[in-house]
Amino acid sequence: MSTATPPPPVSGAVADAASDVHLDTPAGRRRRKSSAGNAARAVTSPWASAIAIVLALAWTTPTVGLLVTSFRNQKDIQETGWWHALSTGFTLDNYSQVLGGAEGQPPLTDFIVNSFVIAIPAVFLPLLLASLAAYAFAWIEFPFRNALFVGVFALQIVPLQIALLPLVTMYQQIGINGTYWALWLSHSAFALPLAVFLLHNFMKEIPASLLEAARVDGAGHVRIFFQVLLPLITPALASFGIFQFLWVWNDLLVAITMLGGNAGEGSLAPLTMVLNNISGTLGNRWYLMSAAAFISIAFPVIVFLSLQRYFVRGLLAGGTKG
Amino acid sequence: MFATSVITADAGGAASRLGTMVLGLAVFAAVFVGILLLASLFKGRRGEKIQAAAFVGPTIFFIAIALIYPAILTIRRAFYSGKFFDLNFGTPRTRGKFVGFDNFAALWTTPGLPEVFRNTAFWVILVPLFATGVGLLYAILIDRARGEAVAKALIFLPMAISMVGATLIWKFVYFYNGDPGSSQVGLLNAVITKLGMDPVDFIGNAPGNTFSLIAIMIWIQAGFAMTVLSAAIKAIPDEIIEAAKLDGVKSLQMFRFVTLPSIRPSVIVVLTTIAIGTLKAFDIVQASSGGKFGDSILANEFYNRSFVTQQPGLGAAIAIVIFLLVSPIIVFNVIQLRKDA
Repeated sequence: MSTATPPPPVSGAVADAASDVHLDTPAGRRRRKSSAGNAARAVTSPWASAIAIVLALAWTTPTVGLLVTSFRNQKDIQETGWWHALSTGFTLDNYSQVLGGAEGQPPLTDFIVNSFVIAIPAVFLPLLLASLAAYAFAWIEFPFRNALFVGVFALQIVPLQIALLPLVTMYQQIGINGTYWALWLSHSAFALPLAVFLLHNFMKEIPASLLEAARVDGAGHVRIFFQVLLPLITPALASFGIFQFLWVWNDLLVAITMLGGNAGEGSLAPLTMVLNNISGTLGNRWYLMSAAAFISIAFPVIVFLSLQRYFVRGLLAGGTKG
Repeated sequence: MFATSVITADAGGAASRLGTMVLGLAVFAAVFVGILLLASLFKGRRGEKIQAAAFVGPTIFFIAIALIYPAILTIRRAFYSGKFFDLNFGTPRTRGKFVGFDNFAALWTTPGLPEVFRNTAFWVILVPLFATGVGLLYAILIDRARGEAVAKALIFLPMAISMVGATLIWKFVYFYNGDPGSSQVGLLNAVITKLGMDPVDFIGNAPGNTFSLIAIMIWIQAGFAMTVLSAAIKAIPDEIIEAAKLDGVKSLQMFRFVTLPSIRPSVIVVLTTIAIGTLKAFDIVQASSGGKFGDSILANEFYNRSFVTQQPGLGAAIAIVIFLLVSPIIVFNVIQLRKDA
């Protein structure tokens, strides 16, 4: 979208969601009010607009190219570039083939189910455990509290590569290697340090007077946690939840390690593993690859666009993970 | 403990997979409720300590078992030979033996690995610099412009896409048809041939392919840089900018002497965060070619050595190198954050 023209009405929903990006910080909110008049006055030079447009085009064109390709005939894709699509026509065949199974590939619907089955509990478990731990770190006095918290925080240092191989061996020993359980537990373990840190930061911001009032009323920690804290930190839970969902949904390394690279019929593989496989085995069959890629991309993009403000809030609170 | 159908690797139909998921969620919820029930049994001063243990204990226990203990095992493994990660596995002949620092020495002597270090250096230097540069430039250009929100979403969206998906998107941009006479369906080569030059194999030719893959990572990370830096720019107090304007400061000077110093801490956080993410990113190289065209990086080589070529000792050594490279960046980051706090 050019910076000089107002957004068209169609993308209004996107614009609304995205405008939260800078409304989200207190400073952004203040700025909006104080400089509402400024915004109109701040005339960007034509050069600045031109550069911004070029960057925006460069960033969107690759995705648009593959998206257009996914709606073209196999023959058209091989013979002409996607920018000729308007003259060659569109089709939904690629999507029906990929979803129904073609070229020796099992139907993609199986793997969509897998991705959800892997991601949902892998978001749920660290949220439960971390919210408890974060509460204790923030509001209960106990010995070695600070040392333990710093320790948990510092573990974000550990790249997951360093823990992967022994985990596989441990899962083999207890007999859950190659199952969803192995994936859920691994993703949860890798997420916990960041989850505890993020949720702790949010919980610490809640005024102590609220908790004291509840204590005076005779509430124990369990009741305070449920009745006072949880409703207040829902945005924080959402923000970490989105992170973790995107992370698990988009993960390749943990899945490929725990499931042993098998992405064939009846396997537990998530979409990313299938995409990686197709990219290797189907080589240049772009009519299948493009449709498969867009199916896998669609879900995180929907989650992301609809919950963008929580995502950005988490990002600005220091929530990043490699 | 669990029914066998839950444990087996064979998933069955969609219904049974969803059933497994519901069971998993139920088990996790039961653990959670159990902790809370246990904690609510205790009251008073002594009870508070027990409650704290019940709240923090599971997380600490989980982290210790699934993160710290495996990390220690990996460090130990790096000092042994053998084809299996489990040192007690295999016949006496193939079983792992203590070899001291041999695996670390092999990092420099194994054919192909020096190139991996060189490629990784390119990644860790170029990705943070360019992603931050583009993100900063874009954040400044669209600041307070009309349509800012949509303009941001366009750059930000690649963050939601998996690296595998992003690699596929770009593989199509880079697509190469070796026959210069026939039509090029990849955008870049179509442009190049239109200009009268020969098509380029962006993915297959070392050392250039490393830079093709680096461009993908920059494409993904620029949105992160833009979001954080845009928030930082908006947090600069109006008064400072107004005062500078009254003093007749031009826009370039404004950037150099007002904007940049004000957002310096954010720039450092963005640079280091992207550097860390880049060091750990394995998906792009894996999904592009698996690193077989001389474009591998450490994170991908860890996977290759551990699982493909069955050299777990070497894989462990590479994991430790990644750990050693990441740690100082994170420590630096934390120190910077505390200084500014």
